[in-house]
Amino acid sequence: MQAEIKSNRKRPLSVILKILVIAAACVTFAALIFLIVYILINGIPYLKPSLFALEYNSENVSMFPAIINTLQMTVLALIIAVPLGVFTAVYLVEYAKKGSKLVEVIRMTAETLSGIPSIVYGLFGMLFFVQRLHMGLSLISGALTVAIMILPLVIRTTEEALISVPQMYREASFGLGAGRLRTVFRAVLPSAVPGILAGVILAIGRIVGETAALIYTAGTVAEIAVGKDFLLDSTRTLAVHMYILSSEGFHTGEAYATGVVLLIMVFAINALSNIAAKKIGVNK
Amino acid sequence: MKEKIMHGVFALAALTSIFAVVLICVFLFASGVPAMQEVGFLKFLGGTGWKPTASNPEFGIFPMIIGSIYVTAGAIIIGVPIGVLTAVFMAFYCPKKIYRPLKSATELLAGIPSVVYGFFGLVVIVPFLRDLFRDYGCKGQSILAASILLGLMILPTIIGVSESALRAVPQSYYEGATALGATHEEAIFRTVLPAAKSGVLAGVILGIGRAIGETMAVIMVVGNQPRVPGSIFDGVRTLTGNIVMDMAYAEGLHREVLIATGVVLFVFILIINISFSILKRRDPNAG
Repeated sequence: MQAEIKSNRKRPLSVILKILVIAAACVTFAALIFLIVYILINGIPYLKPSLFALEYNSENVSMFPAIINTLQMTVLALIIAVPLGVFTAVYLVEYAKKGSKLVEVIRMTAETLSGIPSIVYGLFGMLFFVQRLHMGLSLISGALTVAIMILPLVIRTTEEALISVPQMYREASFGLGAGRLRTVFRAVLPSAVPGILAGVILAIGRIVGETAALIYTAGTVAEIAVGKDFLLDSTRTLAVHMYILSSEGFHTGEAYATGVVLLIMVFAINALSNIAAKKIGVNK
Repeated sequence: MKEKIMHGVFALAALTSIFAVVLICVFLFASGVPAMQEVGFLKFLGGTGWKPTASNPEFGIFPMIIGSIYVTAGAIIIGVPIGVLTAVFMAFYCPKKIYRPLKSATELLAGIPSVVYGFFGLVVIVPFLRDLFRDYGCKGQSILAASILLGLMILPTIIGVSESALRAVPQSYYEGATALGATHEEAIFRTVLPAAKSGVLAGVILGIGRAIGETMAVIMVVGNQPRVPGSIFDGVRTLTGNIVMDMAYAEGLHREVLIATGVVLFVFILIINISFSILKRRDPNAG
């Protein structure tokens, strides 16, 4: 019915606007599809077994060490950032008094952190972790740097998840005689897990895709970090690997293939995050 | 007792973000500001010569400031109209059935790593522009290439923030307008969009922040020549690019000047962040 009324009143400007809106949406999604398809078509033929050889050399330009390093980097950064981020959110939502100055400052700094470009994190990591703390270009310098980078994301998503836990849960827990701590760990956090998880998965996505913050903190050595000092080994994550391949210009095909692997990782990460986010809806 | 300890632990964790911001500021400024003083503030910010390794070195980052501004402006010109219109599509036109997949698609757009964007720009946009504008002396790697690529990269930010701002406008605005005889389009563009103005603007500002801070993708398509560009077909170097390009071999004052370049970038970002939070306060639904 609504459509009928409107169609009687069509004016040229409205028609033009409608066309523009639809055209813009088409451009957006066509660009995305084109990018993905282009990389996949050009990259898949180059996904040869030698690209996944255990050792990297300039002959096979294997991305396998880079994949392992990416995993190590991700796990390490999460170990640092997730507890800090979750605890911060718990403090902000469950402990701090509403409207306290401290909370405002913490929110403001977290917001500032989320706006800082990754290259600035890279510079800071280089100055602080690599040089001042003498960690050198290493896995741990890189992990600490990206941990700070993802901290605001973890804080924000955890905060949102905690806020959406019904007040009832807390009241029931207090009513049963539980203290604040027990309430947080037994009643509030468990029901906020899907939301926290969705945030953590997004954070993984940022680590996997990060380049600028890592080049001058973790370095570019394409070797799996092993041994007892593996934390101090220089590493090269997959995104850095792709950047190096494409800037050298000798291995465009392999760069495409690395792009395929990165895209697949991003697909998987987004899908997981969506699943986790859907779980929140079920809980409500 | 345990309660008290954990309360302390939570509070301590909460202080890390303050601690991190302070550390970042202290380390950047402590290394960057003395370098600026050594070069001279005006020579550093206003100098057009970048010859860091010459026997009589020049450290003028004016070309890079201009480069960053041009590239960001280009990204806004390309990204904002498309992004805002796509947000309108998502909020008012999109059939329910395809909404979820399209929403995931915009999230995917945000999740694609910047190297992948950069590589795509290098193998698709750059050759395309080189062929198309050969007569204008376009070598492909240019302001235009970076603008197109960044315009694409900031789309998810602008779409996401604008869409939630549009959705936060009370339904009655739209209904009131249509009741007065406005068409669907007139209602959206004359009443809903103006009402969501500050939210949309917040999205644009966030997009500016993304564009000016983007590093790897830009390096791969912008040419990185440290000079004031003559046209959009020329290559330039951005502030971010300057840091990454030179840091690999920089020593001494050169290295400190690069950190000072980071300080300039950081100050830009702080200004952008502050404007964003002011706008956000005006429209709490955005972002």
